[in-house]
Amino acid sequence: MKTIIEVRSLKKDFYVGEITVHALKGIDLEIKEGEFVAIMGTSGSGKSTMLNILGCLDKPTSGTYLLDGVSMGELSKNQLAGLRNNKLGFVFQSYNLLSRTSALENVELPLFYDSRVKSKERRERAEAALEAVGLTDRMHHMPNQLSGGQQQRVAIARSLVNDPVVILADEATGNLDTRTSYEIMALLQDLNQKGKTIVFVTHEADIAKFMTRQVVFRDGHIIREEMVTNRNNAIELLKVLPVEEVV
Amino acid sequence: MNYTNSVKIALSALRRNKFRAFLTMLGIIIGVASVIVMLAIGQGSKKSIQDQMSGMGTNLIFAMPGGEQKGGIRMGNSDAQSMKLSDVEAIEKNCPAISDVSPEVRSSGQAVYGNQNWPTSIYGVNNKYFNIRKYTIGSGRSFTETEIQTYAKVCLVGKTVVENLFGLTDPIGQTVRFKNIPLLIVGVLGEKGENGMGQDQDDLIMAPFTTVQKRILAITYIQSIAASAASETQNEAAIQEITQSLRSSHKLKEGDPDDFQVRSQSEMVQMFSSISNIMTALLGAISGISLLVGGIGIMNIMYVSVTERTREIGLRLSVGGRGNDILMQFLIESVLLSVFGGVIGISLGIIATSITASVMNWPVVITTVSIVMAFFVCSAIGIFFGWYPARKAAGLNPIDALRYE
Repeated sequence: MKTIIEVRSLKKDFYVGEITVHALKGIDLEIKEGEFVAIMGTSGSGKSTMLNILGCLDKPTSGTYLLDGVSMGELSKNQLAGLRNNKLGFVFQSYNLLSRTSALENVELPLFYDSRVKSKERRERAEAALEAVGLTDRMHHMPNQLSGGQQQRVAIARSLVNDPVVILADEATGNLDTRTSYEIMALLQDLNQKGKTIVFVTHEADIAKFMTRQVVFRDGHIIREEMVTNRNNAIELLKVLPVEEVV
Repeated sequence: MNYTNSVKIALSALRRNKFRAFLTMLGIIIGVASVIVMLAIGQGSKKSIQDQMSGMGTNLIFAMPGGEQKGGIRMGNSDAQSMKLSDVEAIEKNCPAISDVSPEVRSSGQAVYGNQNWPTSIYGVNNKYFNIRKYTIGSGRSFTETEIQTYAKVCLVGKTVVENLFGLTDPIGQTVRFKNIPLLIVGVLGEKGENGMGQDQDDLIMAPFTTVQKRILAITYIQSIAASAASETQNEAAIQEITQSLRSSHKLKEGDPDDFQVRSQSEMVQMFSSISNIMTALLGAISGISLLVGGIGIMNIMYVSVTERTREIGLRLSVGGRGNDILMQFLIESVLLSVFGGVIGISLGIIATSITASVMNWPVVITTVSIVMAFFVCSAIGIFFGWYPARKAAGLNPIDALRYE
């Protein structure tokens, strides 16, 4: 299996006034193609900082980070933007969809920043991504006409549209109820099945059970790293989940 | 960077906030419209003054007595009797830059016809005077050289006099009495309307200057000289020549002050033009201020919108937008706002101008220059006032922007 993410003795310091906060204190991590990795930890454990660096939104203080063979340490701000545009897909806890903008246009957004993609191709790829998340019939709906789960699906479609090497999800089920969370997990498991590498930050142990590997952070260190045994299947769980009364 | 995409992104961002975009544009719309209207009114009044002035004859030159001294006492102009017909003849002979010259004597009083009477002025002139003052003969004829030499009791009347004395009767062949002198009407002057000062130029009677001199005023001098330069460019030369001619026929020595004044119509035109230029500049400046306020409005909204859309900016950055893309988006948004506003403002200004023209009956002139200028000023405002907020947006840190609440 090809290594998608390779992190070696990564450190990140923040300077708050006179005080230096060591958010990451030497992280070694490797993620291979086709993995579905949960990054866990309490708040302040450094998992968000880790995700920012993995997402090329922030640069480490020291250490190396290779994304799909590209070392991000030497890249300029604009090159990092290009990397985010070509190799990464983001899914956020609060969806971050553009309001008063149709699902289709929201999904098209990353392709607007890729000058190689012509408008016809942009539309086709966005439609394909929405189809992949099962929202073909909601393409022209505005975010406020969609449920939370549907909005998150649009966001997932948006993260898929540029065919990234890895999808980074930050508490992607944090705002959703159990059933909808499981539906999203089913979608992500399906994408993973089809070969997508996914890194999923969560603090919920039951959500982490849907993934193939768990990496647990505490105080800037990785304290535990293990493969998930008896992994949950979201589709199976959805079948046994009692259907709630819709008021 | 892809500019088509930047424009598309900016357009869709504006579409999402149509009402706000419109309110933002309103400042520019009003500013531009008022600039267009004000300039049109300014230019219009300038042009109408110029038209009226040139209707009076731009080549027109007047010479009248003045500044005469008798034993150290300066005499009033009306008392001066220093101008003679010989002065006119001398000008005719000595001044190549003058095409026509006429003596002028005036008197005012009641004109009487039948049981009607009307207060008016009589002008004693020669038959070149019509040319000099741009009068036409509407019907009938002008007076002849013989009539001038024989103090013939003939005259031409203006339209206002005709209306007030004759009504529908054909005045030609009738006799009008002016200061008890019966004058046979041989012609009617073509209509000329008001001049730049609102004076009715049709309220007059014209008779041979000899008739007015001898029969009405009983004087031998003339009150003033009217002349026209051969062309507008020869105005200066003509004034020089008249001055020289009058000085020599009045036998003034070197160093003596002139006992007359020479005035030209083009001086008046220049004066009025410069007044209306000042007015135009003033009106333009006032409406320019409203345009500036409109620009600040755009800056204000763009600035607020950068803060309000921080998360959107964060998202755009995270999906691969570069700082420059964000900068372009916000800059294009503000330029689009001001250019759209400008186009609407220009159309509104043109409409408002034509309404002003038809309702208030003001002369207006919309120049291409003012439209083109308004357009470029708008684009400049968009760039100028959009730059700072756009740079602020582009400089945002993606992590902070994404977490912004």
